[in-house]
Amino acid sequence: MLIKKAADLKESEVTPKELFLRRREFIAAAGVTAAAVATNGFGMLGGDDGEAAQNPAAQKLTDLKKSPFSTDEKLNSYRDVTTYNNFYEFGTDKADPAKYAHTLQPRPWTVVVEGQCGKPGRYNIEDIMKWAPLEERIYRLRCVEAWSMVIPWIGYPMSEFIKRFEPTSKAKYVVFRTLVDQKQMPGQTEPALQWPYIEGLRMDEAMHPLTLVGLGLYGEVLPNQNGAPIRLVVPWKYGFKSIKSIVRVTFSEDEPINTWKQQQSQEYGFYANVNPQVDHPRWSQGSERRIGEFFRRKTLMFNGYGDQVASLYAGMDLRKNY
Amino acid sequence: MFKPAAWLLCLAPLAYLTYSLYQDPGVNPIETVTNFTGIWTLRLIMITLAITPLRWLTGINQLVNYRRLVGLFAFFYGALHFVIYIVTTFFIEGFSNFDASGLAADLTTRPYIIAGFTAFVLMIPLAVTSTQGWIRRLGGRNWNWLHKLIYITAIAAVLHYWWKVSVKLPPVNPRNYAILVAILLAFRLWRYFAKRAASEV
Repeated sequence: MLIKKAADLKESEVTPKELFLRRREFIAAAGVTAAAVATNGFGMLGGDDGEAAQNPAAQKLTDLKKSPFSTDEKLNSYRDVTTYNNFYEFGTDKADPAKYAHTLQPRPWTVVVEGQCGKPGRYNIEDIMKWAPLEERIYRLRCVEAWSMVIPWIGYPMSEFIKRFEPTSKAKYVVFRTLVDQKQMPGQTEPALQWPYIEGLRMDEAMHPLTLVGLGLYGEVLPNQNGAPIRLVVPWKYGFKSIKSIVRVTFSEDEPINTWKQQQSQEYGFYANVNPQVDHPRWSQGSERRIGEFFRRKTLMFNGYGDQVASLYAGMDLRKNY
Repeated sequence: MFKPAAWLLCLAPLAYLTYSLYQDPGVNPIETVTNFTGIWTLRLIMITLAITPLRWLTGINQLVNYRRLVGLFAFFYGALHFVIYIVTTFFIEGFSNFDASGLAADLTTRPYIIAGFTAFVLMIPLAVTSTQGWIRRLGGRNWNWLHKLIYITAIAAVLHYWWKVSVKLPPVNPRNYAILVAILLAFRLWRYFAKRAASEV
């Protein structure tokens, strides 16, 4: 009888160093959760207490800077973050991206930069990853569909990215486009949306310190279903603004027509700031379900980032500019 | 009579849901349960509506014996769907905080909620008057007229689904249900005009 030895894996290879070093935080978080469950039996549905199970094959990202912008709320699990996605390039069901995004090839990858800037060109993802120190940013994500998560993103400020290209004074907006390739993105064979997916930010929004070039999450490079290898993360706007798998960046004088606005301009606008006062025509935006919780919670203005970003919209009618 | 088998068939979706949630609740079990009970309400409404045309087409009159059972199960799944929506949408951070104004806004300003609520509310008198006693009390003719409300329920249920879904592509495809309801109602119209034509001759 052949008795196999346990696979030759060291503990350090299973658990990324950063997460291993943070184990006490997870234990503490688990304690808080247990207390929360004890006081509120309906609080959790299958929550997994800061679970850090990841893709062992994924490239790990280490030496991450901490950020004062991070929230200390309980993280959604790796499973929550990577198996419940709106990424119509792989299908319209939220389980589809995790099932079908393996066809995406995030390496090699180039991003084309064009428009009103001094340094247009094609940039390699390997270089882009090194343009600034990587940070961990634990942000709330609020979907326009009224659910939310807390996600430990990895990336660096979008301002660091944009400065490299020396945008001119005519650059009022920055426009992002997702890859179009039916082989890599099988959902694009369906007319679910118009491809490519387009999103944009006003220049001051893009340069805001909260706006992130997303390159990873949970200690590793972005899983394909989360928008590998490079995406936008704008925590005070509905999730659809945070475009995934970016291949083109355009500095523009004009406000772009972003994909969901093009799809349903009565329901989705350019700004898409999280705003409990302005309902979606079909449902309330006043409350949301934090994934893992039974009861809804109140939605916060600008998703709770109002202190940092409200001044960007001073004097604007947010009912008109939804 | 295959009544026990019909009961089991109608309960099978709920059993499947319970089993699959027990196996793996998934990331958003509340959404799963809401969507599942909603779609099965619609499917059971369709089956209820299909029984009479099937009877006409096949001549198997015993089919009508199952219509009440399937209809009541449609109401049962609809009630589950409705209660889940109320509890998981309007209680904020606990049972002590009910967002009545939020519910009022939903019921008065949001077309897909109004349609869904209409579909559900119209099923209540049908469920209540589904007994032999009520058929006697109302008289067959009145009872038949009252139970034509199921046509409005079916249309409202499809509208509810149609307006809820942003992108109408498989697997979430209200179009198929809309077509099915149109066919099932067209049968009635056709029968109605055929009968009228026959009585004029």
